[in-house]
Amino acid sequence: MILDKLQQLGAATLETIQGFGRATLMLAGALWGRPRFVKAWPLYIKQFYVVGVLSLLIIVVSGLFIGMVLALQGYTVLSKFGAEQMLGPLVALSLLRELGPVVTALLFAGRAGSALTAEIGLMKATEQLSGMEMMAVDPLRRIIAPRLWAGVICMPLLAMIFTAVGILGGHLVGVDWLGVDAGGYWSAMQANVDFEQDVLNGIIKSTVFAFLVTVIALHKGFDAVPTSEGISRATTQTVVTASLAVLGFDFVLTAVMFGG
Amino acid sequence: MTTRKLEILVGAFVALSIAALMLLALKVANAGVAGSDQSYQLLATFDNIGGLKVRSPVKVGGVVVGRVANIHLDPEQFQPVVTLEINSSYNNFPETSSLAILTSGLLGEQYIGLQPGFVDENVEILGNGDRIEDTKSAIVLEELIGQFLFNRGNQ
Repeated sequence: MILDKLQQLGAATLETIQGFGRATLMLAGALWGRPRFVKAWPLYIKQFYVVGVLSLLIIVVSGLFIGMVLALQGYTVLSKFGAEQMLGPLVALSLLRELGPVVTALLFAGRAGSALTAEIGLMKATEQLSGMEMMAVDPLRRIIAPRLWAGVICMPLLAMIFTAVGILGGHLVGVDWLGVDAGGYWSAMQANVDFEQDVLNGIIKSTVFAFLVTVIALHKGFDAVPTSEGISRATTQTVVTASLAVLGFDFVLTAVMFGG
Repeated sequence: MTTRKLEILVGAFVALSIAALMLLALKVANAGVAGSDQSYQLLATFDNIGGLKVRSPVKVGGVVVGRVANIHLDPEQFQPVVTLEINSSYNNFPETSSLAILTSGLLGEQYIGLQPGFVDENVEILGNGDRIEDTKSAIVLEELIGQFLFNRGNQ
């Protein structure tokens, strides 16, 4: 009885470690040598379109609404203390430091990560990946590498757009609707936001999240059981694992960047 | 879709994100103001600096002329020494000028108010590394309340 439980625990642990190992091997295979940006340009541009441009709409809309809600909620509390002038820093700092990178990563995992997993999983199920190997085309370099680079480069760009749109959305609600002074909104923001401390740290955060989400999505797809059920499970796992990884790493990064 | 059309869309996406970064860097963070300008340093000793922080503004009549560059404790006198970085375009304050730590609003941030002093032939102009002697400490609210209660008790 106890031995059975022990065996289950051991099997689960070994499976997890093997998963890490396979993900690392996949990553090493995809990144081996420098990226062939010139030769495989059409492949890369296609992925930039699928991963970046197609995610733009959801990022812009959510950024706008999150900025607007932040301004609305912040205003009700700040106006009690007569500190409406601090609405600008409140919106800008929470978006730059936390919400921009984290919410973008969560949306990116749902919008682009799940699509990557399903696409690669289906390629595996229909034996396209084995077919490529038969033709001496390395699927890691032809399929995985363009998607990896597209994800790692596009997500920080999306996070910046999200943050900028959110700050403009906060301006829309705070200044145009609730009547906070427009000059005060921007000048208090400029006095409190530091480029290196806030903007650059936010970009570093979103780059780390981009790497995490993309690697998890690609690994889950590449490692999926090649059946329709396996693909559906892999897609679910991508969203769940990537979201948890983002939130966990967010705490660690925040503690390192702003905790001290 | 043709590669050309995709390239145009991706190009628009990258241009949009560069515009977003420009907005964040210039309009939100105001990166161009501090650091690049020429500045000179002044020193001042206070009894108590309250909630003053590095990068707090130095104002003359409400105009920001510089920022607090460094705060440390004098190891012999046990008094805080504040290093001010003043923009070089404001380089003619007389040595009779005084400093006070003030608060913007009731709950706002603390800043240093510089009150320029009188000028006559014996008064020199402050230069790099000079020390301003006439300083007024921050008002600590708890001490003020304590004094008030003490006075009430005596009556």
